Amino acid sequence: MARRVVVTGLGVVAPCGIGQDDFWAGLLAAPPQGERRVTGFDPEPWFDSPKDARRTDRFAQFALAAAGMALDQAGELDANPAKVGVVMGTGIGGLATLEEQILVYYQKEPRRVSPFLVPMMMANAGSAAISMRYGFAGPCSTTVTACAASTHAIGDAYRFVREGRCDVMICGGSEAAMTPVGMQGFQNMTAMSKAGISRPFDRERDGFLMAEAAAVLVLEDLDRAVARGATILGEVLGQANTADAYHITAPSPGGAGAVACMELALHDAGLEPADIVHINAHGTSTPLNDAAEAEAIVKVFGTPGPVVTSTKGVTGHALGAAGAIEAAAVLLSMQHRLVPPTAGTAALDPEMPTIDLVLGAEARPWEPGPSLSNSFGFGGHNGTLVLGPTPKR
Amino acid sequence: MADNFERFKECAVRVLSVDADKVTREASFAEDLDADSLDLVELVMALEEEFGVTVEEEELDGIETAGQAYDLVAGKL
Repeated sequence: MARRVVVTGLGVVAPCGIGQDDFWAGLLAAPPQGERRVTGFDPEPWFDSPKDARRTDRFAQFALAAAGMALDQAGELDANPAKVGVVMGTGIGGLATLEEQILVYYQKEPRRVSPFLVPMMMANAGSAAISMRYGFAGPCSTTVTACAASTHAIGDAYRFVREGRCDVMICGGSEAAMTPVGMQGFQNMTAMSKAGISRPFDRERDGFLMAEAAAVLVLEDLDRAVARGATILGEVLGQANTADAYHITAPSPGGAGAVACMELALHDAGLEPADIVHINAHGTSTPLNDAAEAEAIVKVFGTPGPVVTSTKGVTGHALGAAGAIEAAAVLLSMQHRLVPPTAGTAALDPEMPTIDLVLGAEARPWEPGPSLSNSFGFGGHNGTLVLGPTPKR
Repeated sequence: MADNFERFKECAVRVLSVDADKVTREASFAEDLDADSLDLVELVMALEEEFGVTVEEEELDGIETAGQAYDLVAGKL
């Protein structure tokens, strides 16, 4: 008998705000100008000493901070540590540390390379740090599937709780890859917006704005969450993980891969397209993704279909962390009964089939119901989460 | 001599994030300075830069106190 899985804690580190309240305020405000970096982040409160903070790459510092905030909200878990696990997603891991130490290797000498390079750059550093700090001895893994990484991480964590292997899972994703070489790589493949504007689904869209961020969700078996009086922010109803098997960067034609993924997620949740009220789109502001995704949404849901937004208009594209901050955005949209607008976007591209995109300066009020969050990554990795409001008792 | 120990202390404070008054000759890396083997490697790298000396890995065998580490480096000056 599959267990129901609810969200009992949420932590966010994002360019538009640190902490879920500031993050939410940022999603409703006008988008920031310029690069989507997290400003004013102090890692030290999340570590036992400044030395430990220094031995941790920024991407893992973000992960630990987001986990700390989520666990603060979740309160006393009262769980067997062997049945609490961690799955985090990331696109690349500790790139900043690697870049820095490569320079040390060549500009100074090999023997000066930091003894901490390996534990700092490894993509599993975020998951490991969370597990070690809190003593969680359940499954501890890291999903590395590009822009779908944290959606997959949450999906995997959800299944651990649903099937009973774990009672609680800490999950989400983190990314801090805005290094000189990292950004140049994305620029040189013409994936990033030359105009410097993130405007998902807009006719003038010309690429994404890179971002850094992290978000962590505490997932828990519904019965134990209720029994211990936990705050319940929402529910995970289903998930899907599929592959385009088509092209390293372009989505499959007509959004076929996205269609398959969303349909599978609905099936996993035991829902029909008509049950879905809202979609937080991957909506990166790239010519290819947005066109394919709009087509896919209309194929599955008809037109105009559910209320759609892309929060990347505000946050930019946080790569491996995008799925996690977008799951956070959906949960907060349910709490506040508002769907944030797709910032930066003037109008839906007329070449696309019509989707019900929230535009303009105002968030749209809604009656929270089952929602999808999509993430589609380079390499053809597709992920969809089905999220629902706090179950009524 | 006192001057060199001050420079040594500054490296230890920076790398190990400990208070300066904890860095005494008798201070044990493991017990008093919360430093494991990787911390020691990082400290030695900082000392190599500060004093312009080279310390081979094998020379760290048996180095357990700040005083022993200081003597090792000072002996190369």
